[in-house]
Amino acid sequence: MSSLGVYIELKEGKVKKTNLELLTLVHQNGQSATAIMFADDAGGYVEELGAYGVEQIIQITGLEGPNSYPEVRSGQLAEIIKEQGLSDFIGTHSAHGKDLLPRVAARLGAPLATDCIGVDFEQGVATKPMYAGKVIAQVKLTGRHRLYTMRPNTITPEKAAAGTTPKIKTVAATAGTPLSQIKEIVKGVAGRIDLTEAQIIVSGGRGMKDKENFKLLEEMADCLGAAVGASRAVGQTGKTVNPVLYIACGISGAIQHFAGMKTSKVIVAINKDPEAPIFKKADFGIVGDLFKVLPVLTEELKKVMKGD
Amino acid sequence: MNIYVCAKQVPDTETKIELADGKTVDESAVKKWIVNPYDEYAVEEAVQLKEKLGDDAQVIVVCLGPEKAAEAIRTTLAMGADRALHIVCDEYLDHHLIATALAGAIKNDGEYSVIFMGKQAIDDDSYQVHLRLAHLLGASGVTSVIDFEYGPEAVQVAREIDEGAQEKIELRLPVVLAVTRGINTPRYPPLPSIMKAKKKEIKKLTPADVGISEITNNEEIVGLALPTEKAAGKVVEGEAAETVPELVNFLSNEAKVL
Ligand SMILES: Cc1cc2nc3c(=O)[nH]c(=O)nc-3n(C[C@H](O)[C@H](O)[C@H](O)COP(=O)(O)OP(=O)(O)OC[C@H]3O[C@@H](n4cnc5c(N)ncnc54)[C@H](O)[C@@H]3O)c2cc1C
Ligand SMILES: Nc1ncnc2c1ncn2[C@@H]1O[C@H](COP(=O)(O)O)[C@@H](O)[C@H]1O
Repeated sequence: MSSLGVYIELKEGKVKKTNLELLTLVHQNGQSATAIMFADDAGGYVEELGAYGVEQIIQITGLEGPNSYPEVRSGQLAEIIKEQGLSDFIGTHSAHGKDLLPRVAARLGAPLATDCIGVDFEQGVATKPMYAGKVIAQVKLTGRHRLYTMRPNTITPEKAAAGTTPKIKTVAATAGTPLSQIKEIVKGVAGRIDLTEAQIIVSGGRGMKDKENFKLLEEMADCLGAAVGASRAVGQTGKTVNPVLYIACGISGAIQHFAGMKTSKVIVAINKDPEAPIFKKADFGIVGDLFKVLPVLTEELKKVMKGD
Repeated sequence: MNIYVCAKQVPDTETKIELADGKTVDESAVKKWIVNPYDEYAVEEAVQLKEKLGDDAQVIVVCLGPEKAAEAIRTTLAMGADRALHIVCDEYLDHHLIATALAGAIKNDGEYSVIFMGKQAIDDDSYQVHLRLAHLLGASGVTSVIDFEYGPEAVQVAREIDEGAQEKIELRLPVVLAVTRGINTPRYPPLPSIMKAKKKEIKKLTPADVGISEITNNEEIVGLALPTEKAAGKVVEGEAAETVPELVNFLSNEAKVL
């Protein structure tokens, strides 16, 4: 039996892509995983998780749905980790994962490395950015259990060489004492893609002049299937993003901004000031007035995305 | 009522980080140290709560860090905190030990009902001490708090989750609230407050005072490296009709990201 646990987050009944990234990390490390999820019937996930090399699925029943009662959930996860003797337990550095794993670590008195971009399970060494990515650290975890959260979009999901048919083990959630109660979930703007998990981000800065003008970015984002970001919203005290493509429009490229988006695979900058620091960091820059460039760019992208 | 705030001293966000060796940051090269920005929101929220609750409420700042962290503590006192506990510690402590020390300091100090923290320290970017502390204190805990309303039995908060959504949550006291940007605008202390802060009490504690008799870290930094800077890319200038096709060609044929 494997001793590596992967926390599977469901979203609207589907396994999130970021979880496939975790499973890929595990089989690339030459290991196999026990998938742990809050689900009442995990039968529908056997095939998908099996393709990624999962050996066993542990479904915790009675708590499906939003992340209510995190105290109860984390207690349940800690119990399973102890009982199964899982040496390593990994989840996603998402709002949900960030809420659960520190609690689980606290219950186990175990070390936790958050927002990792790589893990060597054998050595127990995690690679993680610190100082908003100004430094990359290797953190060694020791002890009976070691926990990690992984930054989304770091790994390309790949199925395991040999598929499996994982067995399902059921654990009924035992009632603990909830200390909190979710009263309501207020949805964000419909169809808006989350910045931290977005593959493409178009981002506007003070050069956009006016909120109204973000329409220009939204139109381009719709055509690319991208999320819309902004300076300040992304950065050292904003969100850390890790897309394949980041298009910065009217953003100067302050150190605090760069800290949050520097790991983007390709950075494009549109700025009228040829001296703007963002050009030093960009893979491709256009010196020009964004109000002239953006409409033309959106039209061109529409053509390309349609496959013309 | 005691309102606690945990605040850490960190290098200013402008700082260009330099390494002392392959494992440690060169702290002598850091020109400016500040209160962790998220903890500033925490201090502000605590002071606002005190102002609302009136005179029998006091704000107590708890900070673990070296001697020089006293400077950051003074800033929080100037912002309106009443007194502070400074666990003076030069050594590296992992997150379990930091939370243990903060919990020890708070428990020894007095009754606690509301504890404000930041959602993350911008040096190690760890996002975990708050929820560890909540567990150790037997308190409820919530992070990324963007809106807060006090009640004597329970508090109401809004918390940011993914995709721009928010959860509205009710939490029982005692509660650990880790706040994020947007919850308030931290005040700039005026000169008289800064002067007054010099007279406020900072109680110094040792790790042993707060229950850390032996330092056994289960997290250890074994390597640090500066990220490799990539070479500057191509920059074009001219009419949009010329520059845009060049960009689109780059995206689809060279970078292959479309
Ligand atoms: C503690 C602290 C934390 C911070 N955290 C963050 C953070 O997390 N994220 C963040 O982004 N910032 C952060 N900042 C702020 C940061 O220092 C910068 O002030 C900010 O990033 C600047 O935003 P900007 O690039 O949109 O605006 P500016 O620096 O004003 O740049 C605007 C740019 O738009 C260009 N422009 C103007 N008009 C046009 C046009 N018509 N066409 C094309 N280009 C045009 C200009 O040439 C200029 O380069 C922080 C600051 C502090 C002190
Ligand atoms: N050394 C410390 N002293 C006081 N508070 C701290 C310390 N380290 C972390 N904290 C608190 O815990 C929060 C989260 O920190 P971290 O988990 O390190 O990202 C911070 O915003 C602070 O409120």
